Amino acid sequence: MFSNRYIFIYTTILVVAVAVILSLTATLLQPMQNRNEEVAKMQEILKAAGQTVAPQEAIEAYNNEITAEWMVNRKGEIRAGYVNRAGNWKPMADMPENRRAFDCSLKTELEQAARYEENPATEDGLFPVFVCRDSARYIVPLQGKGLWGPIWGYLALEKDFNTVSGATFGHKGETPGLGAEIAAENFQKQFAGKKIFDTQGKFTSITVQKGGAEKYQGDISHAVDAISGGTITSGGVTAMLADCLAYYRAFFEKMQRAALDTADEVRADTVNLQTK
Amino acid sequence: MSQEKERLENKGGGWKEWFSAKNMKLLTRPFGADNPITVQVLGICSALAVTAKMQPALVMAISVVVVTGFANLIISLLRNTIPPRIRIIVQLTVIATLVILVDQTLKAVAYEVSRQLSVFVGLIITNCIVMGRLEAFAMANKPWPSFLDGVGNGAGYGLILIIVAFIREFFGSGTVFGYKVIPPSFYEAGYTDNGLFILPPMALIVLGVIIWIHRSMNRNLIEK
Repeated sequence: MFSNRYIFIYTTILVVAVAVILSLTATLLQPMQNRNEEVAKMQEILKAAGQTVAPQEAIEAYNNEITAEWMVNRKGEIRAGYVNRAGNWKPMADMPENRRAFDCSLKTELEQAARYEENPATEDGLFPVFVCRDSARYIVPLQGKGLWGPIWGYLALEKDFNTVSGATFGHKGETPGLGAEIAAENFQKQFAGKKIFDTQGKFTSITVQKGGAEKYQGDISHAVDAISGGTITSGGVTAMLADCLAYYRAFFEKMQRAALDTADEVRADTVNLQTK
Repeated sequence: MSQEKERLENKGGGWKEWFSAKNMKLLTRPFGADNPITVQVLGICSALAVTAKMQPALVMAISVVVVTGFANLIISLLRNTIPPRIRIIVQLTVIATLVILVDQTLKAVAYEVSRQLSVFVGLIITNCIVMGRLEAFAMANKPWPSFLDGVGNGAGYGLILIIVAFIREFFGSGTVFGYKVIPPSFYEAGYTDNGLFILPPMALIVLGVIIWIHRSMNRNLIEK
């Protein structure tokens, strides 16, 4: 009934029509989708910093709360930076590789860092740090693997670069009710007050402990409860924290020393004043 | 003047015909005697995957209604031009296009929900109900009845999804649409949420119980 010729023409027209419709919608919806993604990213960063904001307020709140965006390398040096001047982001002076931390994807940077470890001739990745108002908190992004796909998150540290003040996690497609619970408030609020360095100053990261934080071998301030039924996702969060924070270790230690030095100076000053 | 009146009456009659008892049956049968999940046992995979919580189940239900409705409509419009040898490919192309449109639209206007549903919207393509209705109904019927049939089947599927999701969320997490409905005093008295309800096997058991109840209420469905 239908000739081969007809079938070929029919499929060609169908495919072209579908392609046109899909690319048209994709192009039309792209700006809205990009904006949604940016807003969601801002919301996550702010949530790690302890602020829950509605999507329509996110941009304003972000420009209000975050004062600087840095990119640090694994030696702990700040290699790129932007400063917030009343909502306008201006590049910092004397930065060798300047770009905005907000626009960079940690996934790409981690891949680059992995390539660098194999072949030191290539360029190393840089890792974003978001600085909150009054330098009260520092937020770092996280990126790792869950059971079904990527998981990510943001970890906010107090200015001692050790105590966690808040954390948020997201996922692409973890099982609803199980692994997906890492995105739930009850899981995330456990992280507040946990520490990533032990009392000797050794980097320990935070472990998501199966069976409950009290089963963790060691100081409980380095462990949180895992999700029952979400063992692989929980393990993914542990690995993500350890792997990503390891790149920031030098930076954190440097900042801790710097804080100690200033504290020493202040103490020395007061001693001087008292002796006078 | 009389002609005008006649025309209007005819038009009115036309509209009545659109929603005739026969057509409405297409819309309502999938809720009962012809339910795609409990009677035809189609679309089980997604019924297990998205029913741990109410909200994703509801959005999934709406998305499936849109896809089945419009896929049936489009295929029915094209039905006389589709060469039988490639009809499955044509059907799949239409379904896939609609699903991508729904997915992209959700990402643009309901970003939060689309993140919760993640891959499952894309998996509507593999939902047997959509293609089943195209093969069984839209290829042989006019566009309007096909559209009703699609919407009815999508909604019949969605109804079961929401019932299962309600049971699982209520017993598994003690919430409905994310709101705590079991009072804290129950938990103090020793009540705990049943974690088994969150796991996929429980969806299968709940579904089985629903099919059992449905069949014992409607004896015609029981095979001899």
